[in-house]
Amino acid sequence: MKNEYKGTLKSIPGMRAILYLIRKEFLQIFRDKFIGKAIFAVPLVQMLILVPAVTFEIKNINLCIIDRDMSSESAKLISQLEGSGFFKIQHYAFSEEEANNLLHRNKCDMVLQIRSGFGKEIVTDNRSRILASINAINASSAQLSWAYFNGVIRDYNMSIVAERPDRIALSAMPRINITNRYWYNEMLNYKYYMLPGILAILVTAIGFLLAGLNLVREKENGTIEQINVTPIMKYQFITAKMIPFLIIGLVDLSLGLILGKILFDIPFRGSIGLLFLCSSVFLVAVLGLALFISTFSSTQQQYMFVAFFFMIIFILMSGIFTPLESMPQWAQKFDIVNPMAYLIRIYRMIMLKGSGFHDIGKDLLALVIIALAFTLLAVRKYRKTA
Amino acid sequence: MHIFRDYRTLAILFGLPVAEILIFGFVISMDIKDAGIAFLDLSKDDVTMKISEKICSSGFFKKAGDLQSYDDIDRIMKAGNARAVIVYGENFGRDLLSRRQASMSIITDASEPNTATLITNYASAIVTDFNMGSGGTDPAGTLLVRPEVRMFYNPGLRSHFMFVPGVITFILILICALMTSIAITREKEFGTMEVLLVSPLKPAQIILGKVMPYFILSFVNVIFILLLSRLAFNLPVRGSLALLLAESMLYIFMSLSLGILISTVSKTMQQAIFISLVGLLLPTILLSGFIFPLENMPEVYDIVASFLPPRYFITIIKNIMIKGTGFASVWKETLVLILMTLVFIGLSVKKFKIRLQ
Repeated sequence: MKNEYKGTLKSIPGMRAILYLIRKEFLQIFRDKFIGKAIFAVPLVQMLILVPAVTFEIKNINLCIIDRDMSSESAKLISQLEGSGFFKIQHYAFSEEEANNLLHRNKCDMVLQIRSGFGKEIVTDNRSRILASINAINASSAQLSWAYFNGVIRDYNMSIVAERPDRIALSAMPRINITNRYWYNEMLNYKYYMLPGILAILVTAIGFLLAGLNLVREKENGTIEQINVTPIMKYQFITAKMIPFLIIGLVDLSLGLILGKILFDIPFRGSIGLLFLCSSVFLVAVLGLALFISTFSSTQQQYMFVAFFFMIIFILMSGIFTPLESMPQWAQKFDIVNPMAYLIRIYRMIMLKGSGFHDIGKDLLALVIIALAFTLLAVRKYRKTA
Repeated sequence: MHIFRDYRTLAILFGLPVAEILIFGFVISMDIKDAGIAFLDLSKDDVTMKISEKICSSGFFKKAGDLQSYDDIDRIMKAGNARAVIVYGENFGRDLLSRRQASMSIITDASEPNTATLITNYASAIVTDFNMGSGGTDPAGTLLVRPEVRMFYNPGLRSHFMFVPGVITFILILICALMTSIAITREKEFGTMEVLLVSPLKPAQIILGKVMPYFILSFVNVIFILLLSRLAFNLPVRGSLALLLAESMLYIFMSLSLGILISTVSKTMQQAIFISLVGLLLPTILLSGFIFPLENMPEVYDIVASFLPPRYFITIIKNIMIKGTGFASVWKETLVLILMTLVFIGLSVKKFKIRLQ
């Protein structure tokens, strides 16, 4: 791309210097073979390792059952639980102690107690109770397991009503039939949810870590002095620092998208052009921030930690794992300046829902403002005398 | 001295655990709150109004709008304004009164699958509740099987139990392995290592001198995190504190030897950073069951994770802190950590000698 436009761009004053600087950056980046390789290895590793790893779909909840009833009703309940696809019956215990011991040793996630007389109570009284004990150290999986469990019990209740309409008082009661529909992701595939988020992390990591480290390294090695004594302008220097990493970031994004398509058959419903446009704006924002921070840091180690700190906070607050509305007010306010929150939302909307320009316009505008602000800060803060 | 000169890094080393603990404690939550919900009411009668009102006043949902047609559903979901749309069939109220049954559907935006599952469950529960309340019959008589639940170890369903051990593990490997490896590689890169090597100090003494400050720093950090979680979330250590600290020391020792090993194999700081980041931090966050439960991952990851130290340490802390079990339940994990430490030290001593020649 660089060479194609060289002829025309050269005529613009100041552009030539930028082009030479960009060439210098590329040479410098790829001279370190390790970093050159890492740039392409990182998306591969992220896609191959991260995506399958971050499943929060609870599929095999290991169940231990204490069936004190052994009736046909309890057998039916157990088979419905097993048939739901969420539960795997690992053990049958005979005492609560035995079951709790299994829970303690992580041999099962949930213990279901069916008391004796369960079947009889259903037939005669139309009602009964069961007790589930869930290992809740991981609160969110416990919550989800409990939601799945309730769903199965609801179905079970329905099936009893359907089987014996005569015996049950329920038939006299008005009934609301609820049907569920899951749009954009009928199979509730968790990978579809996480992959756009991981792509966003990938783009951020490349921009944030590499660009900043690069500048600090020049400072540490003293090569920045050599540039400072040349008549290059501040904005030229910053632009030249940004463009190579912008290109690398976009290349890595395409690599990630291609891998996502091949490996996980991720749907892509929206416009690719729009996705790249948003990513470019986002990259300018993080690169600006990276260069800004790097002007404060004197060693790579120091930059590393500051950048890491920001990245962790950006990622955790971005709503990558949990819905944004569930966050407290102050956290939602913080996300106004968090570029990752916008990017992850935009990626998910474009890729999974096929949202168009008018749907994400507001988010994109916010990103543009953030990008401008960070870049201006970086240009202002970068002193040639440093 | 090197460390304290760099006060910013020091601030971050303590700031990071604080920020993480606060974010995980107060921000990351799976609870449904104020989720946007829109209604496509084809019936527009008293009953549907009452149901919609009940849903919106539950605190879980916030009304995002009334829709006119099926096309609107796609529009509002694509714009990201609603997470769910409730559709009432025509003549909903009349059907419910005359034919004793009516249908509605809950359409959720499943681009966030877990949220969609929870929303569907909450909304169904509210509707069922409404139905019970208005049915006139004794609600208890209509419930067939009523499930009851007991949440073990964590009755309040707080997420602190998951992330405090995770944050400790993460911070320790960050300080020990990452910082040590960078610090040593830095001396190598600038040639100051040579200066130290020609001094009458023995290599072992040099290395020990390098890692000792990090050891103390990490240990202070562990105590700091424990105090913080005690103060902010009232999270007690159920088991023996002494055992927990001893295990932490072992883990710190292991991470330090890992950091030394990394520094002996990498030539520049950037390399050391990359190896530590990709090889250590990422797997620590992901595979140690820190955020995502390991049980749900494909089998391969389980096998990979069993080669990584954080996984054992997390098991140890969880057992001691949350379940309150003693040494008997963690001796196996402890043994694995000790073995790993010995292997790392052995390897780096071997590498170090080769480099000196």
